[in-house]
Amino acid sequence: MKSDVLLRIDNLVKHFDVRLGAFGQTRARVHALDDVSFDILEGETLSLVGESGCGKSTAGFTILRLFEPTSGSVIYSGANIAALDDEAMRKLRKDLQIVFQDPYATLNPRMTVGDAIAEPIMLHAGKSKAEARARVTDILSDVGLPERFANRYPHELSGGQRQRVAIARALACRPKFIVCDEAISALDVSVQAQIINLLRDLQDKYGLTYLFIAHDLAVVRHISDRVAVMYLGRLAELADKTALFSKPRHPYTKALLSAVPEADPVVERRRKRQILTGEVPSPMNPPSGCRFHTRCPIARDQCKAAVPEWREIAFGHRVACHAVGVKGWET
Amino acid sequence: MNAPILDVRNLAIDIDTRYGKARIVDGVSFKLAKGETLGVVGESGCGKSLTMMSLLNLLPRKIAVSGGEAEFESRNLFTLEGEDLRQVRGGRIGFIFQDPMTSFNPVMKIGEQLMEPLIHHKGMDKAAARKRAGELMRLVGIPGGEARLDNYPHQLSGGMRQRVMIAMGLACEPPLLIADEPTTALDVTIQSQIVELVKDLREKLGMSVIWITHDLALIAGLVDRIIVLYTGTIVEEAPVDALYSSPQHPYTIGLLNSLPKLSPGGEAEKHLPSIGGTPPEPGRRPKGCPFAPRCARKMSVCETQIPKLESLVEDAAHRVACFAVTGAPAS
Repeated sequence: MKSDVLLRIDNLVKHFDVRLGAFGQTRARVHALDDVSFDILEGETLSLVGESGCGKSTAGFTILRLFEPTSGSVIYSGANIAALDDEAMRKLRKDLQIVFQDPYATLNPRMTVGDAIAEPIMLHAGKSKAEARARVTDILSDVGLPERFANRYPHELSGGQRQRVAIARALACRPKFIVCDEAISALDVSVQAQIINLLRDLQDKYGLTYLFIAHDLAVVRHISDRVAVMYLGRLAELADKTALFSKPRHPYTKALLSAVPEADPVVERRRKRQILTGEVPSPMNPPSGCRFHTRCPIARDQCKAAVPEWREIAFGHRVACHAVGVKGWET
Repeated sequence: MNAPILDVRNLAIDIDTRYGKARIVDGVSFKLAKGETLGVVGESGCGKSLTMMSLLNLLPRKIAVSGGEAEFESRNLFTLEGEDLRQVRGGRIGFIFQDPMTSFNPVMKIGEQLMEPLIHHKGMDKAAARKRAGELMRLVGIPGGEARLDNYPHQLSGGMRQRVMIAMGLACEPPLLIADEPTTALDVTIQSQIVELVKDLREKLGMSVIWITHDLALIAGLVDRIIVLYTGTIVEEAPVDALYSSPQHPYTIGLLNSLPKLSPGGEAEKHLPSIGGTPPEPGRRPKGCPFAPRCARKMSVCETQIPKLESLVEDAAHRVACFAVTGAPAS
């Protein structure tokens, strides 16, 4: 694996202003993403995990500038994506693609599979329709679909086949970077494994970089090189996969890992779970200091008062927790 | 097995389509002992939910039971009508649905919805029902208990709504609880809270539980016995330990293999073993074994004859419907 930085995300912030109440009389601000910084390395799969509402999808969308960032920067090949004008951004779009969770909602029901895949080639690469259609066959075979599927409509396909088409469409312009936003979550187990394998094969073939957004930790463990854990709009921990799964340091990462069930009744019966009580607080009114302190089993006064620094505790292992490294505090 | 609380024999369910009737559940038989927890596993469209919904006469329009019986407390559930049926629903059999968003009446307070079964089945007056409803809210771990009774469903988070669903299912302390993917829409941390809760209540109340799921990891530590459904038929039935340690049916084996493993040691292989193809659509079942088109161990007999569920020689409680396992019939 190369270790060149493909994307550098610095202090990225995304707030949404919302109006609440029956007449929209109350204004509120959702802190979806606060001060998030990390690098995405070329050719790697970086997973972003966390519970629903933690901001992981917002992070993916904001990095691609599908949401305008409130502040912060995303550096891609020397340019700050967050500050590009529309024309320059459009040129970059072909490099940066996304695959969504729901393949039912992402494909136009009135477009054949072939047209859906050809469209981005015509738009971004400026090819004629005939040239684009000629490439469609290659792309379909890349995602494991026979040529005849080019003439089918989305409703004729199964969920797994549709997700293959969505991946084909993302691949059409030979991107460098793909955000997979819960791309396999909606699929059945047996089909899920097929799509995971497909994503890996494509990565090998085209040197793709993935930001893999998911909540299924078993899948994440299988597919990732590095894993970042988010909680309520902030990063809690980031490390390479082996370190994160074998030696998690942040109390939230520990709790999250202990909640994942395993397909082995003997292990499951013996296992002691560390159950997190309560639920994720509202991002409209996030807790002060460390946002996890309301549910943290080892929180102290300091955690309410100060936001923990996002610091490197070992090479490539970052964590945001006051307790880590403090004798007698960290468990 | 002591006298079963539920005995389903030869259940068949048909759907009315434009092209005539199609069978979507075919010859499903199973028993459930008192205090036992049964896992029903299968992918979407395998008929697992319909099988359970048929027991309470909750099948959607155009789908109907066309054969078989379901004996519960010495009565056939399929012949119950009117008041008798109403007494069983909620009173003797509790049901937790998958989607807490759509299972509540949005314009009725949580408390009123929770009190309804208590007043109807237990003959409580309003004050007693309200008191009991408050207790149930605390039992399922809703912070605030009674105070939340005056909330409307939209005021609760997904995890809390699911808890209220469970409270409703348990309201009359039914001898049998059917849970249809009760945690699928929830995060892992909330999911493990709910699983622990059901385990706990099962012990306190001595209930029998049927837990429908597609997640083999989730139920490993929860159930006593598992039946695996594929396109409306049972392909394997086994005590939980046997199913995970020596699965027999190629479909079960495929399902288990396609789960990414989480346990430390033994780095995950690059490729997940996956089952090729997709399940056939309802009504387009092949003539022989429904799994034959996707099966690596297919023999010629599999394409012409349907294998019956047969006990293994070494374990009578472990039953498999596969010619490759139990031997082809003498022709």
